[in-house]
Amino acid sequence: MHEEIIFAGFGGQGVLFAGQLLAYTALEEGRHVTWIPSYGPEMRGGTANCTVVVSDEPIGSPVCLHPSIAVVFNNPSLEKYEPLVKPGGLLIVNQSLMVAAPQRADLEIVLVPATEIATEIGQVRATNMILFGALLARRPLVRVETVRAVLQDKLGARKAHLHEINMAALERGLAIGRPVFSE
Amino acid sequence: MAVELLKGNVALAEAAIRAGVEAYFGYPITPQTELLEHMAQRMPELGRAFVQAESELAAINMVYGAACAGARAMTSSSSPGISLMQEGFSYIAGSEVPAVVVDIMRGGPGLGNIQPSQADYFQVTRSAGHGDYHPIVLAPASVQEAIDLMVLAFDLADKYRHVVLVVADGLIGQMMEPAELPPMRPLRAERPDWALTGAQGRAPRIITSLELDAPALEEVNNRLQAKLREIREHEQRYAEQMVEDARLVVVGYGTAGRIAQTAVRQARREGMRVGLFRPITLWPFPERRLSRLADRVDAFLVVEMNAGQMLDDVRLAAGGQVPVDFYGRTGGMVPVPEEIYEAISALYRKLPDSARWGE
Amino acid sequence: MMVAETVLEEQVVYARPASLRDVPTHYCPGCTHGVAHRLVAEVLDELGIRERTIGVSPVGCAVFAYKYFNTDGCEAAHGRAPAMATGIKRVRPDMVVFTYQGDGDLAAIGTGEIIHAATRGELFTTIFINNAIYGMTGGQMAPTTLPGQYTSSSPAGRDVETAGFPIRMAEVIAGLPGAAYVARRSLHNVKEIMKAKKAIRTAFKVQLAGLGFSMVELLSACPTNWSMSPPEAMRWIEEAMVPYYPLGDFKVAEGVEALLKER
Repeated sequence: MHEEIIFAGFGGQGVLFAGQLLAYTALEEGRHVTWIPSYGPEMRGGTANCTVVVSDEPIGSPVCLHPSIAVVFNNPSLEKYEPLVKPGGLLIVNQSLMVAAPQRADLEIVLVPATEIATEIGQVRATNMILFGALLARRPLVRVETVRAVLQDKLGARKAHLHEINMAALERGLAIGRPVFSE
Repeated sequence: MAVELLKGNVALAEAAIRAGVEAYFGYPITPQTELLEHMAQRMPELGRAFVQAESELAAINMVYGAACAGARAMTSSSSPGISLMQEGFSYIAGSEVPAVVVDIMRGGPGLGNIQPSQADYFQVTRSAGHGDYHPIVLAPASVQEAIDLMVLAFDLADKYRHVVLVVADGLIGQMMEPAELPPMRPLRAERPDWALTGAQGRAPRIITSLELDAPALEEVNNRLQAKLREIREHEQRYAEQMVEDARLVVVGYGTAGRIAQTAVRQARREGMRVGLFRPITLWPFPERRLSRLADRVDAFLVVEMNAGQMLDDVRLAAGGQVPVDFYGRTGGMVPVPEEIYEAISALYRKLPDSARWGE
Repeated sequence: MMVAETVLEEQVVYARPASLRDVPTHYCPGCTHGVAHRLVAEVLDELGIRERTIGVSPVGCAVFAYKYFNTDGCEAAHGRAPAMATGIKRVRPDMVVFTYQGDGDLAAIGTGEIIHAATRGELFTTIFINNAIYGMTGGQMAPTTLPGQYTSSSPAGRDVETAGFPIRMAEVIAGLPGAAYVARRSLHNVKEIMKAKKAIRTAFKVQLAGLGFSMVELLSACPTNWSMSPPEAMRWIEEAMVPYYPLGDFKVAEGVEALLKER
């Protein structure tokens, strides 16, 4: 297994954390993994993206031009990364912030109204978990049970109250991702 | 110790702590600030010295002072800050005290940007300050190697009483990767016999780089050069992959070397006999091994995140025996494996049909 | 036995302090660096701290100060002595650390270092020699050169329109909360020299008591570059420098008062 995944969106959407959660979980499951952020000078509100490589082999390049998976949290990221995903790759789209539908016919595309669902379950900041869930439904890179344990560990005692809502968000994403998408 | 997911900058800082650094002095600059922040938290916790200096100039001179007093001391910065520290590097080298410096390189010249770069190669390997010397320069390509080289940096600095730079870039500094930290070493109990400890019951010790008498200063230089020759003799380090039967060897260090690895593997899958040579010490440059490779390969391809700096060292090592081609990105652009692969296959197609011997 | 002692014992009234080495200095005739060195050395002797003192020499005329003090010492880059002293003191708080700096070193190229060392309240002592000129490089304008003063780089006299007014460093440093004791003294006559020594002693005591940063600015003579005879130079300090650079204590922090009263 060797997947190169780009998570991209606005700063503050939990983009980097979604990638880190995947990285921590992959490590927990004994995989090789790298996580790198791309950062601008602004601390908040600018673009944020990170690249995660998960592999059964030692990882050479932690960067890639053509990821096998892109998880796009907003429309500018959709515009930027849709053309770059490898043919046959996976594109997870936050449908709530999408302006125009994705065009590529050679990709597996999952549209997730993630911001709406997150708002509906009362935690808009869990958008990232919904998209992450949809990703795991299509590419079981890591086990959900491991995610649960790692999330608990990363939230710590101070943010323990956020664990259940984040896992609920992940489950919603898994449910949406699960049905086979017909093009 | 267990394998954990560590960010490069934090791993460098914690590795220095485990290696026994007693004093850290630094000034914030992106993309190395996490290193300083980790030190700000950890050093006081451990009862060790941490000072956020007023400038990089002050920081390196604080390192110089602490080193004169016999402490393991370090600073860290990024390219524009390293330019400011050059004065201190020169005094430290001239006075022959140990010091460790981390340079998380960024795009230049000038203020440039904060993206990953290797544009400081000339600055750090050629002198890193006025006068006639080279610092020791180590270039990790992964978080684990960053940890290992950080520990080595302190040992080399002490062994040779010299400036040691660990150079990486924002990609390695910001990357999270599984790695294992070394166990905590006890702090050195004894001060070295040259350190300033107060002239109690002995003649005063003086640490200076000043020598107005030209013949005497030439002697100082002769001693320094003898030391540098010894370093050159014993400390050349590199990693290589698939060079045994390679017709084309890609040469890259740090991030560029690591990205090239993916391109080299792809070329192998396509049937090209390509290998990778990754210098770990940039000074001393691993010229011996590279010269031997030059005896039997058909070409080198140097890959750097600059306009061609290590390229000079590869050309010198190749000694005109084989063509040395170059692929580089500048301004903070990070090459992707696809473009390095293109450069490899373009050069490979130009190789003569048979190797010069053996085929 | 008693009689022999009374008759033969010589009475030493003046000797080289143990904290000064028995070597000739390179200073010019009439220069007061030698006086300042001696005062520091006498204080180190009297406080019994020579064997745990580390001196940091500057760039400038006092660049070889480490050859004259009989203590451990090192040579800083131009202006960086306070940074170096910070590094030393932070890893060896049991040592007594002092910098000895001129006006180019401290008030021009090293302004940042001295201000921030004082701001942090670093526990070392600075001896600041203000002779209103760059001595070692041959008499150029210093940040402390007086208005109208002729130097080789202000041949028409210091023009305050283009070069600004001289910096009163003692007053600047005194304004920083981390500075515990800041004084200006002069070396132009015996009475002032004795006052200078007392201030230097207080400054080292402030360090020993851990009260904060301490600095003594000393108005000094440079007859060579002022183109004066030594007596003329002494008069010039009194008549030209002292009016611009008033003598006195500019910062006496809490806890220092008691030290001032000690003999």
